[in-house]
Amino acid sequence: MTIDIDRIDQIIDMHQCEASSLIQVLLEIQGENHWLPKEALDRVSEKLQVPLSRTMHIASFYKAFSLVPKGRHEVHICMGTACHVRGAKRILETVEDLTGIKPGETDADMKFSLETVNCLGCCALGPVMEINGKAHGKISVSETAAVLERYE
Amino acid sequence: MNEIRIQIDGKEVRVGEGMTVLEGAQSAGITIPKLCHHDKLVPFGGCRLCIVEVGNGVSAKLVVSCVYPVEENLVVRTRSEKIDRIRKTILELLLAHAPNSPELQVLAREYGADKDRFEKEASFCIHCGLCVRYCNEVKKLNAVGFVDRGIRKEIAFIPGIAARECKNCMECFPLCPTSYLQAAFVLIEALAFSTTSSGTASTE
Repeated sequence: MTIDIDRIDQIIDMHQCEASSLIQVLLEIQGENHWLPKEALDRVSEKLQVPLSRTMHIASFYKAFSLVPKGRHEVHICMGTACHVRGAKRILETVEDLTGIKPGETDADMKFSLETVNCLGCCALGPVMEINGKAHGKISVSETAAVLERYE
Repeated sequence: MNEIRIQIDGKEVRVGEGMTVLEGAQSAGITIPKLCHHDKLVPFGGCRLCIVEVGNGVSAKLVVSCVYPVEENLVVRTRSEKIDRIRKTILELLLAHAPNSPELQVLAREYGADKDRFEKEASFCIHCGLCVRYCNEVKKLNAVGFVDRGIRKEIAFIPGIAARECKNCMECFPLCPTSYLQAAFVLIEALAFSTTSSGTASTE
């Protein structure tokens, strides 16, 4: 776990230990740590007085939360209709080959996490690969490797 | 509690104000099939089996009786061709998950549901939430909860709490319509209890 308990307590205190702020607290921890470790969920449940079963229910329900560690760079590949017809599948296969991981997985050096998304909202740029929030539009299979190499 | 008059299956009955249609019918001795309802628990509306028709003519509509409050002069029909057809389909969908549940089989016989209509997807849990809600609302132990969503939603014991509390309680076991709960408990007991007691608990 990289985020420490003190920081988690700070986030919880900013929300006055309100049980109704559960999702907001989890979102902030997720934002800083990129995933929710068990220790964090235990601490949040204890301080907000929400049963762990409920915290788990919520943390596992929303796709915004991750219960497994994420790599340093989060790669999202758009599989929406517009990107699909422009060859998103080939981009995905290329990224899978280059990183050796499937959607939902993280590589062993914790460098990349790969996810597919259903639409990034910039269909004119399709096919789109988004890395750490930066969109790489109209990307071709040959460019994919060069883009990935820019990330350490 | 004030009493109001409603009509169920053509019979005038007096029920308490603020009751749900299902509770009203139960108090009048009329049976409505249900899987996720429990007298001690807040209505859940999960299984949809208690669906009934309220109102007359064009304003008639289908409602889930366990979460629909009674109102003065409400006309309720608990059986009709349409309702039976819906219940049959619901049962067939549930039977795809738990084909051998005795409780489901009894209902299937009554409504003529074919357990082989849909391809089997043996998850055994039908998401009635009885165990989760009983543990939360009645026992306040929260040893079992739902995780994930949609087609991947399932019940999961929290090993730390379950190892400590479940052996002395097990009150949720007989509530489960499919017996999947017991299986899930034995599984978590085998997988996670020993590690929990040695202090390296895992929610996996």
